[in-house]
Amino acid sequence: MFIVLCLNMIRVVLLLSLLWPLNVFSQNIVVVNFEQLQPRLQINNDTTYIVNFWATWCQPCIKEMPAFEQIHQEYKSKKVKLLLVSLDFVKHIESRLIPFIEKFRLSPEIIVLNDPDANAWIEKVSPEWSGALPATLIFNKNFRGFYEQEFDYTTLKHIVELNIIK
Amino acid sequence: MKTKLITLIFPFLFVTFSMAQGYVVGDKATDFKLKNVNGNYVSMADYPDAKGFIVIFTCNHCPFSVAYEDRIIALDKKFKPLGFPVIAINPNDPELQPEDGFEEMKVRAREKGFTFPYLLDEGQKVYPVYGASRTPHVFLLRKEKTNLEVMYIGAIDDNYQDESAVTNKYVENAVNAVLAGQKPEPDFTKAIGCTIKKKN
Repeated sequence: MFIVLCLNMIRVVLLLSLLWPLNVFSQNIVVVNFEQLQPRLQINNDTTYIVNFWATWCQPCIKEMPAFEQIHQEYKSKKVKLLLVSLDFVKHIESRLIPFIEKFRLSPEIIVLNDPDANAWIEKVSPEWSGALPATLIFNKNFRGFYEQEFDYTTLKHIVELNIIK
Repeated sequence: MKTKLITLIFPFLFVTFSMAQGYVVGDKATDFKLKNVNGNYVSMADYPDAKGFIVIFTCNHCPFSVAYEDRIIALDKKFKPLGFPVIAINPNDPELQPEDGFEEMKVRAREKGFTFPYLLDEGQKVYPVYGASRTPHVFLLRKEKTNLEVMYIGAIDDNYQDESAVTNKYVENAVNAVLAGQKPEPDFTKAIGCTIKKKN
């Protein structure tokens, strides 16, 4: 009886340890292709969307991340929504992306765009985009701006303040 | 006085502007003289027999560049004998990206067994003239006498992650087209890449 109980316990522990990383993974990071992302770049309403294309290996992206985090915190109660689109390789989600998110306690929504034929979709994000990271799209029903540049807090806040629909 | 000042300043404004734009397909490219990992300086004029060049702005640190290293070696091995050697140029400022320093470039070239020159864009004067905006970024040039014409600008192929899933080998097709006396189709593609590291 005791042995059976022990065996069952081991089974449960094993099962949990197998599921645990899977659970963390599915809860936090959604992987999409461009077709799945595109509708979110075309929303046309009162909310101002800030979509930032970045990756953990991109130094200027990491540098500007606190500015996006701060804007996210400040405008939480307003009609502003942030989406961080990571171009990290899928095989690096657990080894690089999740540790980065945890380390910097990033609170905006983060998804991974996994669509290697970039030539097919870069133009659809913006004809102005060369493909270099970071790149940011800011839009609502009255405004659409594309920025292939590194942001600091003041510049980002200025654009949001100018265009937010109150 | 005011007009004088404007006439003085205007040409400079124009030069800066046109430099930042970089090349489009059909433009004439300029030669360069940059230091190779073996210590020698390399120019395209050093290749009297070449029919053209596959100039690739790439570097050590960028994951996209790393993902393409083997494919760049394969391009050189395939097309050097046909008159289109690869010339790789690291456009990054090593002070901002220490992994892309000259010593680190030597190490990487040795480790990977690069079959082509790997040059440092010292002073970052070459990449803005070409209009490279990221790594890797390819400029295919066709040589006619002393003229170097830009034939293709863009990505190496259409899948950075998985070579076996590539459906369009842009650069390979472009070189084959030029070898056959045709215009590459497409002659311009975009790709995700690492921004070139430059002091503001």
